[in-house]
Amino acid sequence: MKLSDLVTNQIAIIKSINCETELKKRFYSFGMIKGALLKIENVSFSKNTIGVNIDDTLIALRFEEALNIEVEIIEDTK
Amino acid sequence: MKPMKIVLAGQPNVGKSSLINAMSNSRLKVGNFSGVTVEKAEICFEHHCHLMEMIDLPGTYSINGFSSEEKVAKNYLNNEEYDIIINVIDSTHLTRNLLLTLELMNLNKKMVIALNMYDEAKKEGIEIDAKQIEAITGIPTVTVSSHTKEGIDDLLDIVHTYYDNEKRLIPTINLSDTFEEELFHLTKFFENKSFRYKDLTSREMAIKLLFEDEKFYSYIHDKPIFAQIQPILLIATEKIYTYYESENINEIINDEFHAIAKGLKAETIICSRPKNKKTLTNKIDDILIHNIFGVPIFLFFMWILFQLTFTLGAIPMDYIDMAFAWLGQTIGNEISHDGLRSLISDGIIAGVGAVVLFLPNIIILYIGITLLETTGYMSRVAFLLDGFFHKFGLHGKSFIPLVTGFGCSVPAYMATRTLKNEKDRLITLFIIGFMSCGAKLPVYVLFAGAFFSPEQAGNILFIIYISGAILGLLMAKLLRQFVFKGADEPFVMEMPKYRFPTLKLMYMVVSNQAYSYLKKAGTFILAATIIIWFASNYPNNGTDNPKTQLENSYLGQLGKASEPMFAPLGFDWRLSVALETGLAAKEVVVATLGILYNVGEDATETDDRLLQELKKQIPLPTAIAFITFVMIYLPCFAASMVFAKESGGYRYLGYLFVFTTIVAWIMSFIVYNIASYLI
Repeated sequence: MKLSDLVTNQIAIIKSINCETELKKRFYSFGMIKGALLKIENVSFSKNTIGVNIDDTLIALRFEEALNIEVEIIEDTK
Repeated sequence: MKPMKIVLAGQPNVGKSSLINAMSNSRLKVGNFSGVTVEKAEICFEHHCHLMEMIDLPGTYSINGFSSEEKVAKNYLNNEEYDIIINVIDSTHLTRNLLLTLELMNLNKKMVIALNMYDEAKKEGIEIDAKQIEAITGIPTVTVSSHTKEGIDDLLDIVHTYYDNEKRLIPTINLSDTFEEELFHLTKFFENKSFRYKDLTSREMAIKLLFEDEKFYSYIHDKPIFAQIQPILLIATEKIYTYYESENINEIINDEFHAIAKGLKAETIICSRPKNKKTLTNKIDDILIHNIFGVPIFLFFMWILFQLTFTLGAIPMDYIDMAFAWLGQTIGNEISHDGLRSLISDGIIAGVGAVVLFLPNIIILYIGITLLETTGYMSRVAFLLDGFFHKFGLHGKSFIPLVTGFGCSVPAYMATRTLKNEKDRLITLFIIGFMSCGAKLPVYVLFAGAFFSPEQAGNILFIIYISGAILGLLMAKLLRQFVFKGADEPFVMEMPKYRFPTLKLMYMVVSNQAYSYLKKAGTFILAATIIIWFASNYPNNGTDNPKTQLENSYLGQLGKASEPMFAPLGFDWRLSVALETGLAAKEVVVATLGILYNVGEDATETDDRLLQELKKQIPLPTAIAFITFVMIYLPCFAASMVFAKESGGYRYLGYLFVFTTIVAWIMSFIVYNIASYLI
């Protein structure tokens, strides 16, 4: 499933990131890389942006950017 | 003695500036030297009788990226002369920060790691074994806190000793087995050949080869041994590619670094904080970026900021205004020569006064913006509003400069600095003028009062403001589509932990901004006001009637010459002149109309005689077209100069002039014709 399909408080592991280099680099600099664990913490009102917690850092990204990240749920703390 | 040149490199929000302040104590000399748009700060102080010079590079997540900060940092680190790098790390986010550390290690310079915010880390139950990090990486490491000053002296001592030490310590990080195996062969090769490059060890050269370092390649490429090393290298890269199932070395390095950073963290950190426990930041975020209440709370903060900026700011503004008026008059009385007196009191003093006048606004607004930024709230704002603004080709952070534009364009242009992406910033700069500034209000009030009943006037004002804002957003969309084309920059950004800035840091940032405003804008605005003063007072035809004087001045002549251009909008030469003097400052429009419609130059927007004259002499469609023009065309001179500076060149000011004038003309033309048809 895609990161954009995840809902708040689900913990998932990144399976793959499929996008162009620039964005990939950006993801990487925040520690968003294959094998990293993440959790969705916030979703904005219009659902255009989401807040993802990765390694204790909260990262904001656009919904359309989250479409590039393939994840797998490993824990549901809903 | 040569000063010791120290570069501070680190990711954003790791407290580099605070650390510099803590290290330099109160003996600080802050100066901005502008390389590119992104500024590096420089500071000098003494430590054990040795002058230390510190360079504060812009915070970057990586030095291999393409953002303007990353380029500044990379260029500086690669090409400038310096003695030591202090890599500042946020102790509470070790893994991510170590990624940059690993990149910095490959610069092969003397480096010290400062684990900053250690007090905060301890409070969060994180304990870091700095000695262990030092043992694994081979790089001197200290824990510090710029807040409590803990470890600052140690850091200075370590840096100083390391500087005095001739030898550079070689990083001892182990890469993965795959890499190490190939490194072994390459290192041995270099050793056997006694090949040297700068002060690098054989292993460091081998790493450069495997990491495909362009500089090193171009060096070794011309050497005879290249032919011999090539086959070894080919086999080595082939193995690495196969192992990592990728042929992109940057991605492979990233994977490698990430694994190392994770490993380093695991071996050096003791975290006693229970998992899944909410931190204070989490709790604050539950409120501040709540999916329903988030936006209203933000709007409330903005409302407070604007109240402070424009009501609190108005108090010193009145005094500044009075002081300069008094100064102009007092000095004017001492000068007997008419022309000289007018130049000094009406031209220079009034011009400088107009610049200083905005200072309280700028200071208050900047305190607000600095608070928003340093506390970490600004990125939340972008998170909340990006959905809406992105539709118009803008960034979530564009909101703040745009709203500021309703008060005054000068601080609004300066506020665009929070936008890091060039295109986002330019589009925002271009449309700020559509948000009618406070100085345009007198013109609106005058015309609304003259042509509409008092009950309607309020609605008219509201319509003016709203239509300006909507037009601005549409223009942003247009600019994004046709002018600043290309893919959007990724939005991905950190929402840092909430922190409160120290007073010292606030003072440093705000005073720097105020100073640079006074210095840079002041000189240009001064020159410009003298030109405008000259154009409206010369040629001097010796008349006492200000109307005749203005009519025959260069400015008046220009107004008459440009009359045909404005004729399709229904403007006569007087309205044209008023628009032209309005380029100096929008308040001047009312005064000019006062002169030209024969009611004297001290006319105000509530002057009844002027209202009556305007109503008598100007048809309603013309009046509406005039308001529309004022709403859209170029902001005042002070703002234009700041625009030129913030956008990065007078070229852009030229574009802004053409853009706003054309839009203003077309919109006025449309409005004029519709109104003429309806009435």
